[in-house]
Amino acid sequence: MKTKLLTVAVTGMNALPDNPGPGLAVARCLREAYGAGIRIVGLGYDALDPGLYLGQYCDSVYLLSYPLNGADLLLERLTDIQAVEKIDVLIPCLDAELPLMVGLAEKLAEIGLKTFMPDAEQFERRSKARLPELAEAAGITYPEVKTLANPLFFRTCDQVGWTYPLVVKGVFYDAKVVANPEQAVAAFHSIAQEWGLPVLVQRFVAGEEYNLAGIGDGRGNLLGEVMMKKRAVTTKGKAWAGVATADEILAEVARKLVAELQWKGPLEVEVMRDPKGVYQLIEINPRFPAWIYLSHGVGRNLPALLLELAMGRPAPAMAAPRPGTMFIRHALETIVPMSLFETLMMQGQCTPESQG
Amino acid sequence: MAGQTLDFPNVETLRRLALSESGFIFDPVTGNSFTVNHTGQAVLQLIQQTLDVEEIIQKLQAVFEIDALVAERDVIEFAGQLRGCFQ
Amino acid sequence: MNAPEKTLKAWAKPTLSSHRVGVMNKFGAVRQQFHQTEVDGVEIEPLLEQFGSPLFILSEKTLRNNVRRLRRAFATRWPKVRHGWSYKTNYLNAVCSILHQEGSWAEVVSEFEYQKARALGVPGSRIIFNGPWKPTAILEQALQEGAQIHIDHLDEIYALEQVAQKLNKKVAVGIRLNFDTGYTDSWSRFGFNLESGAAMDAVQRIASSQWLTLTGLHSHIGTFILDVRAYAAQARIMAEFMDKVESSTACRIEYLDIGGGFASRNALQGLYLPPDQLVPSFDQYAEAITGALLEATRTRSAAGKPLPTLIMETGRAVVDDAEFLITRVVGGKRLPDGRRAAILDAGVNLLFTGFWYNHEVKPLRQLDGTHEETVLYGPLCMNIDVLRSSVMLPPLNVGDALLISSVGAYNNTQWMQFIQYRPAVVMITQEGNVEVVRVAEQLAAINDFERLPDALRLPFPQGLPE
Repeated sequence: MKTKLLTVAVTGMNALPDNPGPGLAVARCLREAYGAGIRIVGLGYDALDPGLYLGQYCDSVYLLSYPLNGADLLLERLTDIQAVEKIDVLIPCLDAELPLMVGLAEKLAEIGLKTFMPDAEQFERRSKARLPELAEAAGITYPEVKTLANPLFFRTCDQVGWTYPLVVKGVFYDAKVVANPEQAVAAFHSIAQEWGLPVLVQRFVAGEEYNLAGIGDGRGNLLGEVMMKKRAVTTKGKAWAGVATADEILAEVARKLVAELQWKGPLEVEVMRDPKGVYQLIEINPRFPAWIYLSHGVGRNLPALLLELAMGRPAPAMAAPRPGTMFIRHALETIVPMSLFETLMMQGQCTPESQG
Repeated sequence: MAGQTLDFPNVETLRRLALSESGFIFDPVTGNSFTVNHTGQAVLQLIQQTLDVEEIIQKLQAVFEIDALVAERDVIEFAGQLRGCFQ
Repeated sequence: MNAPEKTLKAWAKPTLSSHRVGVMNKFGAVRQQFHQTEVDGVEIEPLLEQFGSPLFILSEKTLRNNVRRLRRAFATRWPKVRHGWSYKTNYLNAVCSILHQEGSWAEVVSEFEYQKARALGVPGSRIIFNGPWKPTAILEQALQEGAQIHIDHLDEIYALEQVAQKLNKKVAVGIRLNFDTGYTDSWSRFGFNLESGAAMDAVQRIASSQWLTLTGLHSHIGTFILDVRAYAAQARIMAEFMDKVESSTACRIEYLDIGGGFASRNALQGLYLPPDQLVPSFDQYAEAITGALLEATRTRSAAGKPLPTLIMETGRAVVDDAEFLITRVVGGKRLPDGRRAAILDAGVNLLFTGFWYNHEVKPLRQLDGTHEETVLYGPLCMNIDVLRSSVMLPPLNVGDALLISSVGAYNNTQWMQFIQYRPAVVMITQEGNVEVVRVAEQLAAINDFERLPDALRLPFPQGLPE
């Protein structure tokens, strides 16, 4: 006698050492919460995505079509995978795929894939380009943002009140602090090259950065907030070590945003606490952050909470946060037989082995 | 084209390759890996036996539905790809 | 071991691809069903046989549907709406006439386009005349015929005044404005700048003229604009300026012309997401524009003043996906860097927009074999003649035909007769018939423009030198 295990698919298995995608951390949280009582399908975009080779987290893995190639192709691939895997819940974790996934939500539901995501309007309102409007509506302080189609702005911007340093950002990803027009133009081009146009420029806010991860229940409530302060970063500015914090003001900022958006799904709120102690909204990411394993560490396993919500179950009570819990990230090599890489290369799917 | 040979990589080089049924190729000397399609695989197997283009084409025609001139053209181009990958 | 009647396997070009970082994904860009055999139910391959390759194919159905959707999007949200067909986007007579039949005015930007519209039978009173250069003779004709003229610069005010005086007729004019919407780069080379005060100077000058009356404001904020907030800002700024004009002069503004610039579902180079994720619908554009206009004209409405007519000059988004270019493969090669390349019989001579779009390319029939990164070159003996610098395609053989989508905007107007003839354009009518709307060029037609001095005619009396 065999009952079907709950099957969850998680994207973003590109856990690269210097700039990890969040998918593997999400899978680890789920494994911590459910153990062998769950099947996890890892979804990636490259046969070298490290998470795809970790059998202890991913029971089977697949490569997806690139978001660049459109929603139809992605849906076609997910439909093929669904026919084999009978996935109950899909947790998308990457910025570049989320616009497509949000648009596909209904069609995914039709093939039996439940999601817990914002709708297209909520999603759009938190986009980097529209952040000031949202912050304004939610009553939160924010640095001004401008959308740029070309880098000419940087030559003369200090004459119209945009003084350096400034932050140059991609529409989906990446942010570079620049101190002069030369750096700004270079940052513009490198970001446009990778993430396309337009490119955004945000006023630089001095201060200390804090991050909050949580889940919006879609009815205006923020569930299970976990806060984190980076204690050390890699050369790419990604967290290398961090510590859980408990800050009621930051939590209130996030609650206002979630209420204003009626946000549904995971999110990460990034703020700067400026020298006057004012919290300035820098960014809202519409997904779990790569440091989400800390949520398990503080007893508030957010991916597990998301899964319960997606299944339509009542949200379990959250433990009190445990500030002071730290995480320190390390790189680890997985030994991979060539045959496994071959299978993933040639078939776009494989069954990874559990690593000791 | 009778007796014509092409500048294929030498047989020793081709022999060292681990060529799997799926079309996955691993070169243990360079550490590079490749994907070859089913016709490319057939050509690779044939040039381990002979470098005579006419003979290769005849043998391909015994297996594939292919005009001799089209096969010749495609094999010449494939030889260029092999040189690029396995020198 | 061979069976006596064994079936031969299908051949595909042998391929070998190296596993490189960033592209190790068999499913990354590969479609299982990837071809298109017909347009509006008409098979393409027989058309190629009949009319030759390359071939442009227009869909009357798509064109009409597009302009109807545009009109509906605006007309359901604003009381008075007008569409001006932007001739420069595609001035094939068939295209223009379909749009005129649908109620669109002609929006022209040159003497040539004005004459083309008139030759089609469009009355001058249904022509919007834009552009930075309107020669005096055509200005005179346009004024006589009652065209809606949009002034681009100060010198044009004086030119118009002279013509109006000569005709002894007081004429209504509009002016073109430029300004910063906050979301787009200001196209300051066209029209009068708002922030610097040049626009108000022009308004005052026209208001004091005994030959001109200002009745309209025009602006065009840019091209392929994906952020609808830019249009909302444009509509608000223009409405505010309208109020300013009316409160400081005796002018009464009857229309606001917001120009064009709506994006089509084409993949602009340099954008990360596919167009279906980025390009707003007509409804989204219309909602932003009319929402901002309603807001900005609230006091005006309350005061019982009439609302201005809203004019759009949408070109690209109306015609782009209503036309296809079909081209055949004439040769193939492997580039030294390992990429596959195909040479086509159509290049940037016909597909000017290949310079800024990644046009969708589909084979006419299902082709077997591994999809690979492929470069598509045109037939010009020029290094810049690249239709796609990188597209995932199955192996292409000589003679295979490809369908290139969304080519309706700017190609039949910017194509060039450089070392090749321009091909035929056919239209699939609403009824499913095929009509030739432009015949393929031939040598005689092109030579017809030339005059060869007698002394240069072959055979030369002294014969040809060794």
